[in-house]
Amino acid sequence: MIKAWFKSGSPWIWMTAGAVGINLLLVIGLLLLIAVRGLGHFWVTDVFEYHYEEHEGSLTRVIGEQVGESLLSAAEAREAGYEVPDGAEYVQKFLIKTGNRDILGSDFRWLKAQHIKQRASPVDLVVIERREWGNFYGRLLSVKDSGNVIAEGAQAWQVAQDKLADVLVQHDKIARLQSREVGAINHALDRLRLRQRALELRNQWNDEKRQAFELARQDHQKAYEIIQRDIAALNVEMKRFSLVVQESGGRQISLPMHRVVKLTQPNAMNLLDKSIDYVRNFVSFVSDNPREANTEGGIFPAIFGTVLMVFLMSIVVTPFGVVAAVYLREYARQGFVTRIIRISVNNLAGVPSIVYGVFGLGFFVYIIGGGIDRVFYPEAAPAPVFGTPGLLWASLTLALLTLPVVIVATEEGLSRIPKSIREGSLALGATKAETLWRTVLPMASPAIMTGLILAIARAAGEVAPLMLVGVVKLAPTLPLDGNFPYLHLDRKFMHMGFHIYDVGFQSPNVETARPLVYATSFLLVLVIVGLNMFAISIRNNLREKYRALEN
Amino acid sequence: MTTTARKTHAIDISALSRGEKAIQDKPETCIKVEDLNLFYGSKQALHSVSMEMPRKKVTAYIGPSGCGKSTLLRCINRMNDLVDGVRIDGKILLDGDDIYDKGVNVAALRRRVGMVFQKPNPFPKTIYENVAYGLRIQGINDRHILGEIVEKSLRGAALWDEAKDRLNDNALGLSGGQQQRLVIARAIAIEPEVILLDEPASALDPISTLKIEELIDELKEKYTIVIVTHNMQQAARVSDYTAFMYMGELIEFGETSELFTNPVKKQTEDYITGRYG
Repeated sequence: MIKAWFKSGSPWIWMTAGAVGINLLLVIGLLLLIAVRGLGHFWVTDVFEYHYEEHEGSLTRVIGEQVGESLLSAAEAREAGYEVPDGAEYVQKFLIKTGNRDILGSDFRWLKAQHIKQRASPVDLVVIERREWGNFYGRLLSVKDSGNVIAEGAQAWQVAQDKLADVLVQHDKIARLQSREVGAINHALDRLRLRQRALELRNQWNDEKRQAFELARQDHQKAYEIIQRDIAALNVEMKRFSLVVQESGGRQISLPMHRVVKLTQPNAMNLLDKSIDYVRNFVSFVSDNPREANTEGGIFPAIFGTVLMVFLMSIVVTPFGVVAAVYLREYARQGFVTRIIRISVNNLAGVPSIVYGVFGLGFFVYIIGGGIDRVFYPEAAPAPVFGTPGLLWASLTLALLTLPVVIVATEEGLSRIPKSIREGSLALGATKAETLWRTVLPMASPAIMTGLILAIARAAGEVAPLMLVGVVKLAPTLPLDGNFPYLHLDRKFMHMGFHIYDVGFQSPNVETARPLVYATSFLLVLVIVGLNMFAISIRNNLREKYRALEN
Repeated sequence: MTTTARKTHAIDISALSRGEKAIQDKPETCIKVEDLNLFYGSKQALHSVSMEMPRKKVTAYIGPSGCGKSTLLRCINRMNDLVDGVRIDGKILLDGDDIYDKGVNVAALRRRVGMVFQKPNPFPKTIYENVAYGLRIQGINDRHILGEIVEKSLRGAALWDEAKDRLNDNALGLSGGQQQRLVIARAIAIEPEVILLDEPASALDPISTLKIEELIDELKEKYTIVIVTHNMQQAARVSDYTAFMYMGELIEFGETSELFTNPVKKQTEDYITGRYG
């Protein structure tokens, strides 16, 4: 019976299907976990006010969101030093995000269920997202304009919302002025300085030029002063308003409005409000700059850096890989040497990525970059331009890392082009090169794209080598902006993979950062999937066009 | 070079118009093979083959599989150059010039000697681009010229009526027989002198085969044709001259009517009467 079953081959089918099933489960489980943990972070949860009996018996109020709970058996709890009343089987604890780090010293605290005397969710509790010190939880008492109360009690909420909208607009304006206009002036001044230095080095610096440069500098200085005046005026306007809030302990605190990012009354929101707020939170996470050592705000620079780096890497790796594969497959005499080269290329794919990072640092950054600086940027010395980790070197290092994949895939594609097609082209009087360009390479392009897809998948998720050759935890500027030459290949940049590492393991405030780790991971997966989909759609188009291989 | 070729064309057309008698006259030689030996590594595939193929006639190579007929055919446009470890002794003269001379431009030679393969091998491009391929290689990109030649070539290959409405469709959507005629159109678009056909109908159904055979009959008015076939009836139907090859040697070569009805060699007789092969 069993023997017959084995003979029928169905155990084999079950085994193989089971393997596929487990794989599928793992993938789905992974995606679900990071999606739920990451995306849940943007949902506005209710805020509770707890009356809590402290250890020594006094009663305090705690305001915050419940973010976790734990169950301890009575025995375990006793062993850990907790007081457990007789008869209780277990101790339940809640982790409450209380915010108010500036007052309470930390963002979270554990509350034991047995000591919670009362739990309520009053509508008037507000959550204030601040630019510093994390969230504030408490009550809004009044709004002040230059020290005078303009609204209190029930009206305060509406007035605060209105004023905040204005203040945020002003804040954006200032930020834009500072990054765009002031950035452009600084950039121009820096270029002037470098040009002057270059002229000095060449002994061409004279009075005439000194005057011209001085004039230019004065122009920039004037423009700068005008902008500074605008900024100062905006600042004054912005700093007029402040909020008076009451924290859980009852103390009243004045909170300047320009320190506020967002005001919410979670308990007063219905499902629709919360959904709208959810979308808004998500959008701002994707499009904002990070704040507070990356633990707050968005991750836009990291997304941007990741995508830009992958594009640059693709631009470098595709031609190189294709050219190398063409030589290996089409021109080189197949023999011992090509076999050795092929084996080496395949083994290169197995070299740990950090080794590439070390190589990139040693070769690209120090040797090539240093050389470029010496030859082309002597005026910048001793500050390095290309002789320091940056976007270009990171892209090149990753291109090197993914080169084997592209070479192998392209070779595979070239070897699959039927001989008859090549002969057909040659028989029409085409040379080998013409045959390659007009027929073979276009037909191999889907395979080349497959190589590129694999390369992108590998490169976008790579972190270790990037830490050595250009990624930083916080880049002050994007590598792409409105100042000539627009694409700044020498700049350092942010990367989502490194961001996850930094936020998760290097941040001072681990509990607040944890949801961001999941959210960033989720987005990283999304970005990689997006990039791959882009490449796959190109490949499918090409496949459709060159369908010859199937028949 | 090309001008003299054109002149000889003109003379030949007038010769043809004189009718049947032209065949009996000693025809002008187009391709002359002189003492050709070919080795794949140490294995000899052709043993001192010599023959003269007349201009604007169909010459068929017959013989059992592996007898070297395709190898010989592929020598005429130097397709064997692509094979690793091949070595060729002897001469092949095309209009009196040795195509294995050192200074010969192989690509230019292949423009004069077109080739159609056993399996239809259209490029994965449109019908139009397939026919225009050889012209574009020569740097002809003018739309009017291309359009004209594409039409003429497709007409020449008896494919125009079927393909004229779908010139911009992928050539891979054509049937096998149509693909083979497209490949012929592609070959005649660059106006070669010689067309080599390597078992052009062996992968086709009988009706497509018939069409190809009719086409060969028309093409020989303008081109010298050399065809490899393992189908003796086909050789008898389409060719003016037939060469019988066996084990890399040319056993017998002569007018088709002669060779099939009155073979000189016993091996030839055995083969065409189906006693071996």
